Amino acid sequence: MSYHSFLLEPISCHAWNKDRTQIALCPNNHEVHIYKKDGNNWSKIHVLKEHNGQVTGIDWAPESNRIVTCGTDRNAYVWTLKGDVWKPTLVILRINRAARCVKWSPKENKFAVGSGSRLISVCYFEQDNDWWVCKHIKKPIRSTILCLDWHPNNVLLAAGSCDFKCRIFSAYIKEVEEKPAPTAWGSKMPFGEVMFESTGTSGWVHGVCFSDSGNRVAWASHDSTVAVAEGGKTAVCASLTSETLPLLCVTFITENSLVAAGHDCYPVLFVYDSNKAALSFGGKLDVPKQSAQKGMTARERFQNLDKKATTDSKEAVLESVHKNSISQISILNGGKAQCAKFCTTGMDGGMAIWDVKSLESAMKDLKIV
Amino acid sequence: MAKNTLSSRFRKVDIDEFDENKFVDDHDEAADQQGPDAVEIDNLIRQGDMMAALHIALRNPPINSKNPAIKERAQAAVLRVLTSFKSSDIEPAVKSLDKNGVDLLMKYIYKGFERPTENSSAILLQWHEKAFAVGGLGSIVRVMTARKTMTT
Repeated sequence: MSYHSFLLEPISCHAWNKDRTQIALCPNNHEVHIYKKDGNNWSKIHVLKEHNGQVTGIDWAPESNRIVTCGTDRNAYVWTLKGDVWKPTLVILRINRAARCVKWSPKENKFAVGSGSRLISVCYFEQDNDWWVCKHIKKPIRSTILCLDWHPNNVLLAAGSCDFKCRIFSAYIKEVEEKPAPTAWGSKMPFGEVMFESTGTSGWVHGVCFSDSGNRVAWASHDSTVAVAEGGKTAVCASLTSETLPLLCVTFITENSLVAAGHDCYPVLFVYDSNKAALSFGGKLDVPKQSAQKGMTARERFQNLDKKATTDSKEAVLESVHKNSISQISILNGGKAQCAKFCTTGMDGGMAIWDVKSLESAMKDLKIV
Repeated sequence: MAKNTLSSRFRKVDIDEFDENKFVDDHDEAADQQGPDAVEIDNLIRQGDMMAALHIALRNPPINSKNPAIKERAQAAVLRVLTSFKSSDIEPAVKSLDKNGVDLLMKYIYKGFERPTENSSAILLQWHEKAFAVGGLGSIVRVMTARKTMTT
């Protein structure tokens, strides 16, 4: 696994281009910086300045090579590469609070923006007016939308919200696509229809992810739980409480395995067993190198006892690769079905790339099914 | 002009109640939750069977109940059980609980911290240490994020 420290500030959000040679990230300010891989180094090639507020979400469409960004200035911009320069196009989202997250749909003809105005803006390009237009999904959302993920059929959208629920909405826009075929989540999908709403977990939903087939959705909640729901006549929910701090982001790496990361600064594996409808903990994915145990002198022991009331020799240094919370996880190779590499960025300004095969061999008892 | 500014009844109106964006929790039906049976717990404590008393005290938590008296009674009963444990017995008792039991125990411990009595804090801190060893930070996070609390 490799780690690169980009900045001292947190990386608010990031997105990769199609061949994974360029990464667009927001260094916790109003700009988006695009870095290009240069051997082992990263060099900044573009700076996108248009937002008036912190950029909270970036997504890079692989096929059409367009970047969409959204920010706390209540706007979203679609950037297209003209020659060597990225040109922005403003998208009016008609929201009166900050935008929080943005995602291109799989076919890249729409994107969805979650915001603090308690609604989701689904935007599509109208050829006649040469302008991006948006439709709102409002009911029954009661609080900020924190995270979004599209179903592979380009119509269903999973949204995690601060009203403690994860929901699947239909974002079917008749102007840009035909009626979708029935899925495991239902067959009637008019725009804005709620296909699934979670119950049971409390806590803000920080991260949500569809599996590769779209039949399962996983979400990570602020009460330190992870849950998976499988669509069907009656959706089956399985959740797992953990002994760690809350997780902020979650993604499927195969149909049955999830990787999640959060305030504990290391990624964690979970395994879903659909026969038992149960979620289980698969293992910590960050094995710190064992530092040489130094013996403690009597003086150090006494100092520790005096300062911290304990004779523990553990230093207050994080042994994980990331030194602060991990806020976003993205798949690099292999898609959500057979992920080979994934990338995490966090509040320590660093980005780590994890290789699934080497993790599997490094950690005994780690099985990625 | 002096007269029409006299009425100050409007000052007693809680304007936030009328805010249409106000978040209201879904109210699940309060199931038949009477809280733990205090009489049975007393008997078990007198007999010295602390483990059973603990298990019974943690059954039927009055989570959705709208009656604060039931919640007070439940809290008092659990506190009695926790304070009558011997220090050495705390660890095996915590180990005998399942995940939900540990979370529930943590909730009662924090509620007990809110109203300290003579000896309660010391013993509750011991319970907290043992419950933390099993439940970890996650159980404490769940105490803080729980919406259906047995405290209010």
